Amino acid sequence: MAEPVLSLRDLRVTFPTPAGPARAVRGIDLDVMAGESVAVVGESGSGKSVTMLATLGLLPKAEVSGSVRYNDTELVGADVDTLRSVRGRRISMVFQDPMTSLNPVLTIGKQMALVMKAHQPELSKKDCRSKAVDLLHQVAIPQAARRIDAYPHELSGGMRQRVMIAMSIANDPEVLIADEPTTALDVTVQAQIMELLQTLRVEKNLALVLITHDLGVVAGSADRVAVMYAGRIVERSPVRDLFADPQHPYSRALLECLPRLDQKQEVVSSIGGTPPNPADLPTGCPFAPRCPMALPSCTQAEPTLVRFRTSEVACNIVSGGDRAEAQA
Amino acid sequence: MPFLLFGIASIVFLVSRLTPGDPLVTIVGERNLNNPEIVAAAKARWGLDQSVLTQYGHYMKNLLHGDMGTSFTTREPVVHDLWLRLPATLELTIYALFGGVIVGVTLGVLAARHRNKFIDHIARFFALMGSSLPAFWAGLLLLYVFYARLGWLPGPGRIDPRGVAPDKVTGFYTVDSLLQGDFALFKDSVMHLILPATVLGWGVVGIVSRLVRASLLDEFSMDYVRVGRAMGLRERTVVNQHALRNALLPTITIVAFTFAFLLTGAVLTETVFSWPGVGSYAVDASRNLDYPAIIGVTLLGGTAFLLTNLFSDIAYAFADPRIRLS
Repeated sequence: MAEPVLSLRDLRVTFPTPAGPARAVRGIDLDVMAGESVAVVGESGSGKSVTMLATLGLLPKAEVSGSVRYNDTELVGADVDTLRSVRGRRISMVFQDPMTSLNPVLTIGKQMALVMKAHQPELSKKDCRSKAVDLLHQVAIPQAARRIDAYPHELSGGMRQRVMIAMSIANDPEVLIADEPTTALDVTVQAQIMELLQTLRVEKNLALVLITHDLGVVAGSADRVAVMYAGRIVERSPVRDLFADPQHPYSRALLECLPRLDQKQEVVSSIGGTPPNPADLPTGCPFAPRCPMALPSCTQAEPTLVRFRTSEVACNIVSGGDRAEAQA
Repeated sequence: MPFLLFGIASIVFLVSRLTPGDPLVTIVGERNLNNPEIVAAAKARWGLDQSVLTQYGHYMKNLLHGDMGTSFTTREPVVHDLWLRLPATLELTIYALFGGVIVGVTLGVLAARHRNKFIDHIARFFALMGSSLPAFWAGLLLLYVFYARLGWLPGPGRIDPRGVAPDKVTGFYTVDSLLQGDFALFKDSVMHLILPATVLGWGVVGIVSRLVRASLLDEFSMDYVRVGRAMGLRERTVVNQHALRNALLPTITIVAFTFAFLLTGAVLTETVFSWPGVGSYAVDASRNLDYPAIIGVTLLGGTAFLLTNLFSDIAYAFADPRIRLS
């Protein structure tokens, strides 16, 4: 098997808060192969964005431990210069809100030039400009040569996200982390942006890490899925298997929240309760208080990821052979 | 805008008439106050025998024609007096403002980048001193140290008392002396500017550096700053090219206001340094209840505020593309 381009091992992120340390990420293992598409799914606050920000060392106030390797470079605890040579150059990131991700007082051409110059200082102004126009073409922005002098507020949300994507691939990275890239956009635009990301992934052999809370987005665009809950991965499956046969009760609950067209549905279902506070986690399985299948034993020990058929699942019921009992 | 000035003129006119005290002391001198003939003549000469309302109508009519009346003290038209003194104040203010803004922005950026570190504390202390030390105290202290004790810098005034002022072109001695090709005079006027401009500019540093620090810290929490870092930009690029551009927007307004304020508010500094500008004129005018001069200075200040306000709106539109369009 090929070596992963990006490899997280036991990544932990803790934020100091007045209420005590908030353990936002509690030991994540994740491998990303070249050119593959991995989705990280979870509710708000499950630690998925924090995991990715920690990967690039973008959380100055957090304590980060464990390991993040980009090829042979260790990124946890790396110095600023090492991190900067990876950020935007090897591993790039697209953020959720294209309205605020661009600087309102600089033209998009200028902002793209700054990104290019950060890693290719030898580029002249003219080079930057022609490259930027080219990139805008690649992300299917019409009249790119004119739009390059536009300010962000002159573009629609979808266009701005395209600009963000163009910026993130400006230095030909190997890994693109897309943090909820479509959450702030109209539904019709969402599909276009996802399609664009897929096209770029194939064309440029990009590894795509897609962070989302929307399983609907995952279905068409990822090879593998990692479901996160309370700072841990609770299930890891090939995307098809997750949809066909989710193992973890949380994954199942997430899937049930998707509106379905093939069944008559009065109300869109939701998961009762709220995710636990990372500064005050319950003992045992953090999902137990909301789990419809929870057994008394679930509140005792926190389960770890165990292989189960094509998946890996962190659930006492599934791995402990109690599954039949629970279903009965 | 003319309406605003009209309003300002009216209010100041009425308020100055309501001030206790008698301008006749200035006009005829204390000894002649007991001589009814001289007093009556003076009253008639200056129109003080008429009702306040008549005086007001008279003044406003003249004002429309650009006539601000004649000063009781200098016996010259107020417009002439102001025109004579404005360049001195403008020169001092502009140097103080430019210096203050440059130092203030630099200090603000340093403080924000090294938030809660040693540099930040030093910058805070320096800014606090600038905005809290009274000008007469700081001015006297600087004069004492650098003029009286060390002798590095010249004393009060715009140039050496034995020197001859350059021919008036702009009224700025630093410019006019260069236009004449008189480098010794240029150096002399620059040296004379250093201390008063420092005192005046120090306050500007205080305001600007605090404001820049605060708005930079606001910008640092913005998404586009995180994007910049995530794209591998240098911290210097993130701060100077991205965040500072946005952080300077509120600074424009403050700088414009400060400019207008300094034009009329340099009173203490001008007095300490015997600077023959509008500020010291204002002090003399109010001490002598010189009605026309008081209103003249006030109107000048009002105009300055209105103009700088307009200027800051225009500058804002240049700096912020979102405003440019709408």
